[in-house]
Amino acid sequence: MGEFFRVLTDNGQLFVDGFTNTVKLFLIAAVGSLVLGTLLGAMRVSPVPALRAFGATYVNLVRNTPLTLVFAFLVFAVPKLDVNIDYDDSAAVALTVYTSAFVCEVIRSGVNTVAAGQAEAARALGMTFGQVLTLIVLPQALRAMVPPMMSVFIAMLKNTTIAAGFSVLEAGAIPAYMAERGEPQFAVLLWITIGFLILILPLVALQRILERKWRVAR
Amino acid sequence: MSQASILYDLPGPRAKRRNAILGVVSTAGIIALLAYIGYKFADTGQFEARRWEQFQYASVQRELLAGLGATLKAAAIAAVLALLFGAVFASGRLSDKWILRTPATFVVELFRAIPLLILIFFGYYVPLQYGWSIDKLWALVIGLMLYNGSVLAEIFRAGINAVPYGQTEGAYAIGMRKNQVLRLILLPQAVRSMLPAIVSQLVVLLKDTALGFIITYPELLFVGKQIGGRLPFGLPYVPTYLIVGAIYIAICGALSILAWWLQKRMGRSRRTAAKVLPSQDVGDAAGRMI
Repeated sequence: MGEFFRVLTDNGQLFVDGFTNTVKLFLIAAVGSLVLGTLLGAMRVSPVPALRAFGATYVNLVRNTPLTLVFAFLVFAVPKLDVNIDYDDSAAVALTVYTSAFVCEVIRSGVNTVAAGQAEAARALGMTFGQVLTLIVLPQALRAMVPPMMSVFIAMLKNTTIAAGFSVLEAGAIPAYMAERGEPQFAVLLWITIGFLILILPLVALQRILERKWRVAR
Repeated sequence: MSQASILYDLPGPRAKRRNAILGVVSTAGIIALLAYIGYKFADTGQFEARRWEQFQYASVQRELLAGLGATLKAAAIAAVLALLFGAVFASGRLSDKWILRTPATFVVELFRAIPLLILIFFGYYVPLQYGWSIDKLWALVIGLMLYNGSVLAEIFRAGINAVPYGQTEGAYAIGMRKNQVLRLILLPQAVRSMLPAIVSQLVVLLKDTALGFIITYPELLFVGKQIGGRLPFGLPYVPTYLIVGAIYIAICGALSILAWWLQKRMGRSRRTAAKVLPSQDVGDAAGRMI
């Protein structure tokens, strides 16, 4: 047991650095994928067929590609296109590109949960497009979107570990450093697990509360 | 147009004109984007014959096939084990006895919260620490089994719970035992409602075998790195990853279409009273798919 705690106290700095970078990467990619995902979601529900087709193609291509491949493409292939991008940025871009496809789908299906009659009634009252969107559709759609959106971001937080395979020092990269230091890996991995549980369990709890509170009565 | 009709009224003459203009502008934008990417590829010589040449060699094609074989092998073993794991723990969670229910709930919730890569590292680094030799295939398969098995356990549980309670009551009323109710009434209906979700989870599992790359299991992505890193062919990373990506998209896309088709078909089926579980995008499914 003493050994178990020694692993953490002896290598405290590495754990702190690792998890700080994980959270940083998560926040950057979360903002990025929220922006790109919303844009793609707007394309998918737009009245312009070309934009709808582009959104659908993007989502279907990205969704059927492993995230690890997206990482590998950014780290190994993109520099060959004369684009200079460092490892940390590659990781953020890879996570953004991948996650925004899922964000897009959450937005699309959230908008689709609103009954068509709601918007029709609003238009019948003479509301403009902006009013229909902000007063009628979005308030209802957002309640349906938040729980799945949180699932997507919880999954993305876990996915940040993949950056470890591509030279980014974050929580998932700690075992490789510890292997060099000859520390007992079982203890190291348990500490990483505990770290992730501390980050993820509050999010899961919040998600369940919101899900219960905002369940739309139909 | 069913999706668009929620937000937009049927277009009148002005809206039609505006949509047509937006269509032309956005098409031009998309073409410009693709053209720029194509120009970037051409400018850095990604279309040069020497970068594509080795894909004509039978040996390189065999390498790719071997990588694909390793990917499919890991996915197949992990899928079977994950389905078993899921069935065992779902029945644990559905049990009336708390002594079975509590540990099953704990295991399922725990393994869903741990990043899959960390689970794979448990199978990879821990045996190394004790000097045991474990095949990388099994490190990968164990991680995939624990994570996807836990997710599948939740799908199975949701599937059983989706069968309306009247079905169970009816079955008890005609004198069936608990075992018969589950076997003859609940499972046949639940399987229909959860089949699309199971298939899309297996797509996720197949995609996740790519994590084997990080522990140097020689799967498709790992083979791609080796082929792409060959100097005499001008480090053809770009062509190689395009080919590898196309392979993944073809296989996973076909399975996703199957899941979608099943969802449509099962939704119409009269052979289950249960509501079909969403295969993607909605609620809990959104977190599963990613």
